[in-house]
Amino acid sequence: MISRNLIALACTTLLLSACAPQDKQTITLSGSSTIAPLMVEIGKRFETQHPDVRVDVQAGGTSRGIQDARSGLAAIGMASRSLHADERDLVPYTIAQDGIAMIVHASNPLDGISSEQVVALYTGKLSDWSDLGGAAGQVVKVHKAEGHSTLELFLQHFGLDNAEVHPDLVIGDNQQGIKSVAGNPLAIGYVSIGSAEYEVKLGAPIKLLALDGQAASTAALLAGQYPLSRELNLVVNGEPDANTRALLAFAQSSEVADLVDQHAFIPAL
Amino acid sequence: MSISTPLSLRSNLDWLLRAASLGCALTAAVVLLLILLFLTQASWPLLQQPASLLGASWQPANGLFGLQAMLGASLLSSLLALLLAVPAGLLVSIWLIFYAPAAVARVYGAMLGLMASIPSVVYGLWGLVVLVPLLGAWLPPGASLLAAGIVLALMILPLLMVQADVALRESARRHLPAALCLGVSPWSAIRRVLLPAAWPRLWPAILLQLGRALGETMAVLMVAGNVVQWPGSPFAPVRTLTANIALEMSYATGPHLQALYLSGWLLLVLALLLMALARLYGSRT
Repeated sequence: MISRNLIALACTTLLLSACAPQDKQTITLSGSSTIAPLMVEIGKRFETQHPDVRVDVQAGGTSRGIQDARSGLAAIGMASRSLHADERDLVPYTIAQDGIAMIVHASNPLDGISSEQVVALYTGKLSDWSDLGGAAGQVVKVHKAEGHSTLELFLQHFGLDNAEVHPDLVIGDNQQGIKSVAGNPLAIGYVSIGSAEYEVKLGAPIKLLALDGQAASTAALLAGQYPLSRELNLVVNGEPDANTRALLAFAQSSEVADLVDQHAFIPAL
Repeated sequence: MSISTPLSLRSNLDWLLRAASLGCALTAAVVLLLILLFLTQASWPLLQQPASLLGASWQPANGLFGLQAMLGASLLSSLLALLLAVPAGLLVSIWLIFYAPAAVARVYGAMLGLMASIPSVVYGLWGLVVLVPLLGAWLPPGASLLAAGIVLALMILPLLMVQADVALRESARRHLPAALCLGVSPWSAIRRVLLPAAWPRLWPAILLQLGRALGETMAVLMVAGNVVQWPGSPFAPVRTLTANIALEMSYATGPHLQALYLSGWLLLVLALLLMALARLYGSRT
């Protein structure tokens, strides 16, 4: 008897819960898988402040973000580059800068490196530090695992195909990359500029190499001088509604600077 | 049955215990089954084209999902770990039981318990900060199959010794006095009588540790170098299946994600096979 009552109660609860109000507005974002993880967290924080809004983030690449923003499938597109000339119909909102520094151990005599040298190293044409003007010793090349945005930018900037890169060590996140280079005087690697500078401040024995004569620093990146960088944009088509505008402003505000930092990007304030 | 019946005589309590234990047992089994089902379902589209999975090149961006080299690396590093840990573990256990002074043995036993409870990531960190630079100074790049094998061996050694200790002590209690009475030297007794008698219990313990080594992720990720390739020597870097999942999971989408689920499926099936083997061997002897 009791169990029958319980079942009846459970059914009623289920039926009632189906009647809950469904008038939440959903803001859909789609595009770059570099920005997607960051926007998921920004979206979560936005939802706690705006309980009537749901933020839905879908990753699928920058070009899909542009397409979806144009067609209206998504309210906001995510593009991990600046807009091309034929994309001026969309309005970009820059939320962060992403830059990569080539790093070596602090004891390495090298201060700078050229793009040609980086390409020759990673494709195996050069393999000894003496070829670059350092002390003799086999270069240990630290590379990123597939799928990471840093890898994408690195390959794209140097015009490399990942299949022709022959690394000695493959790492996941920036932290591991910095630890690996700090522990090996013969290593060279590339990590996000933000996290490299942070670790240098904490005393990690690494050195940021100038690339093609441009010093690698957050300041140079923000001034637009450092070549190995890109901006992370949210793009919209036409005039966004009030909640979407609020989300765009929120993503650019200092309230999410800590999240941007966590993802090793540089807040664009 | 009245309320005044003593607790220990009430049969419905018995029934309750039986139901509760059965419930827990079923839940555990069902959870495992659900995980297997989920992994199979998530990797199903790729499972239907086994030819592409056996390839040696892993380039998710170009749609190449060859798991061969990583499966090989997983097996090689775990076997290398066993090769290093099993002889060392057995010798230390024998020394502990038969040759070490009682006080030393007691302290050593306590230390083993402590070592077994160190999280594996600590071994990995030690490997990254100490072992890899050492190997790197000898033969660069340092992060290699050998480093992974050594770190895994250190990780499985304590539990292996604890289990070997139990098996050998039991075997010594049963057979050592008889063997010694026959005038056999302690060394011969250990080699010819105690080890063979303890083997049926040692073997499942070794397989269990092999399973742990296969499943270890962080420690291996930190020291193995993670380059997808068949290693030409123990000093070449390799990437294991577990490290691959940890490295690429957070950024993978579509078929790439399915390939990672498939790596997980492969690991689970391997572990199940190992456990079945251990069970089978244990029950046969």
